[in-house]
Amino acid sequence: MAVAFDEMNIPGGDLRPAYQELARWLKETPPEALEYRRQEAELLFRRIGITFAVYGDSESTERLIPFDVIPRIMSGKEWALLEKGLKQRVRALNMFLRDIYHGRDILRAGIVPDDLIFQNPVFRPEMNGQQVPHDVYVHIAGIDIVRVDAEDFIVLEDNARTPSGVSYMLENREIMMRLFPDLFARHRVAPVERYPDELLSALRSVAPQGASGEPTVALLTPGVYNSAYYEHSFLADKLGIELVEGRDLIIKNNEVFMRTTEGLKRVDVIYRRVDDDFIDPLTFRPDSVLGVPGLMSAYAAGNITLANAVGTGIADDKAIYSYMPDIVKFYLGEEPILKNVPTWRCREPKDLAYVLDNLSELVVKEVHGSGGYGMLIGPAATKATIEAFREKLKREPEGFIAQPTLALSTCPTCTASGLAPRHVDLRPFVLTGSKTTTIVPGGLTRVALKEGSLVVNSSQGGGTKDTWILDE
Amino acid sequence: MLSRTAENLYWLARYVERAEYLARTIDATLRVTALPAAYIGKTNEWDSALLTAGVAASFYQQYQEANEHNVVEYLSFSANNPSSIRNCIEAARLNSRSVRTALTSEMWDTINSAWIELQEVWSKGTSTREELAKFLRFVQETSLRFDGSAYRTMLRNDAYWFSRMGLHLERADNTARILDVKYHVLLPEEEHVGGPLDFYQWTSILRSVSALTAYHWVYRETLKPWLIADLLILNDTLPRSLASCYGNLVRNLDQIGVAYGRQGPAQRHARGIRNRLEHSNMNDIFQHGVHEFIQEFIADNSRLGEIITKQYLI
Repeated sequence: MAVAFDEMNIPGGDLRPAYQELARWLKETPPEALEYRRQEAELLFRRIGITFAVYGDSESTERLIPFDVIPRIMSGKEWALLEKGLKQRVRALNMFLRDIYHGRDILRAGIVPDDLIFQNPVFRPEMNGQQVPHDVYVHIAGIDIVRVDAEDFIVLEDNARTPSGVSYMLENREIMMRLFPDLFARHRVAPVERYPDELLSALRSVAPQGASGEPTVALLTPGVYNSAYYEHSFLADKLGIELVEGRDLIIKNNEVFMRTTEGLKRVDVIYRRVDDDFIDPLTFRPDSVLGVPGLMSAYAAGNITLANAVGTGIADDKAIYSYMPDIVKFYLGEEPILKNVPTWRCREPKDLAYVLDNLSELVVKEVHGSGGYGMLIGPAATKATIEAFREKLKREPEGFIAQPTLALSTCPTCTASGLAPRHVDLRPFVLTGSKTTTIVPGGLTRVALKEGSLVVNSSQGGGTKDTWILDE
Repeated sequence: MLSRTAENLYWLARYVERAEYLARTIDATLRVTALPAAYIGKTNEWDSALLTAGVAASFYQQYQEANEHNVVEYLSFSANNPSSIRNCIEAARLNSRSVRTALTSEMWDTINSAWIELQEVWSKGTSTREELAKFLRFVQETSLRFDGSAYRTMLRNDAYWFSRMGLHLERADNTARILDVKYHVLLPEEEHVGGPLDFYQWTSILRSVSALTAYHWVYRETLKPWLIADLLILNDTLPRSLASCYGNLVRNLDQIGVAYGRQGPAQRHARGIRNRLEHSNMNDIFQHGVHEFIQEFIADNSRLGEIITKQYLI
């Protein structure tokens, strides 16, 4: 594996320009002061209750995501390129979804194989031919980006269902500003606090035709035991909208209402953080108590906007991922600005043969997995694990893709033995309304806290950092 | 606002109020039981603490005897007692979490910090009276902080009124319960009225509702059962009296009625109870029987809870 790109230091000892001020400041700041601030940050997170729940972990149902106080910094120029690439990609994602559920030009053109769509469990036939308000499917996208060298940003994953983490982007900034005001004074960091405003206006802009001038928006959460519950309540609060659970909603005459102390009140837009499967027991899983019976008929009748739309999972499926560069070209006639990780599709015999021969070099992922579960990291795996995976792959090749182990870039991070480089990725959040696509400058930087580890998922012990885009 | 949100706010306030009342009850009981036997008489103060908390029946399903250790454990830390201080704080925190959007950050901070701090106490319990006293003080201070931050930081809208309603309904219930358990020491026809035994019983009643000093300011007299009953039932200058709680309940319900442009059975029922309190005097109440009066009040009060639930919360 190649040596990872260091975001702060150029080999040979020079600093990359965006980090010069930080480096000066670090030199002036004694390590104890950093440690003291780290503890203070942890206390703040705990008191504010910025936690996430870990399923199946009865010991502590609420955990803190470790927070690293050293910011990850990008220059305005780097960000401008990234922003352009992200907007391009999300535009293509939306056009792809519209096409898949309507004309299917891309299938006829033979770009994406039919069976990848129609045999895919996240494809929703219920959405065939259904008009969604303003043709927007993915209102909120979280695109996972990694960096491998000075020039290249690579998309690792498109999250087009219910991406989470934006509350950490906002809270990390709040806490950093509280703990390091002098460090901010020495930089010009582009603010991220407009995000809730941008989100609310994007959601309002996609209200259905029949909605009143001031559409009512609500955020639908599975409830207080969900792993991202903190984020749901945080966003509802910042947006000034009701945080509803399925039991708070009722459908009458194909319209959606919430039960309030003054009787029923119509809802026009639902920012839903409940997965497709659970959203309407009459259409999807009948055992779901999180959803609203009849919601899909109200949706079909055009009386409610769901953000994100139902059926968007087909666009962020790992099997579809490898076609994204072609998807961008097909709909926009442009070269993709952001690259993909080279990907072997195990469903294709030639690719499978290569993957089986090179398992110890590759990362193998389940097509439908998430959260870093069910994957093989070849270089770090034992012989036995690799052999077990080989059997799985042979049994069900279409369930997997493989990618080379990327040398994710590293950022200086506080560790028990002082500052040390740790691998990071970045999840910016792209908002699409009826007319505009916006991104606040920044995102959630996730950091693998174990030395050498490439796994940044919070459910696997990863941490987060504040992400600074310099305003130049 | 969402019915569920209103319900959570209402119960959140009730739980916090109940936790404080339990802490006061234990505190007052400890003081009486610390007295030499000659001053206490034969009554088991721990039994009456269980009675005023309304958990005597469930207690005796798990314990043989009501003594300091068992009762403190049951009222404070027991996970099996739905009304223990522990469960009140747990429930308050869970409710807070599900209505965070309706709470101010100060209120959330109070509950969440208390919950974090008390985790340790739950696991270890308290081994000395000093530790217990510290714990009881902490619970009372949490309630004060919560109440104070609600008062100082919440918008004056339905969220505030629903939470105040929970508080006053619970408070009225608590005051009525302590009167009900202790009514026999308030009976004026008792022969040995004014002996040391009664004196400490009366003091403990007043302490439980934080009204010992208030009594002296209001009446400028030695402790007299008649006046104690008057203070706790009819004197609306005392925040924990039944009259004061009902003054507030009627006001809160009216504010909601005005904001929503609609009155209902909850407003009417609350007004009925308040009017009865306004037009009563202690003479009539003693004639009628303190016990009967209080019993009726407790039933009326819990009936109001049901009506509010039906009208607004489901």
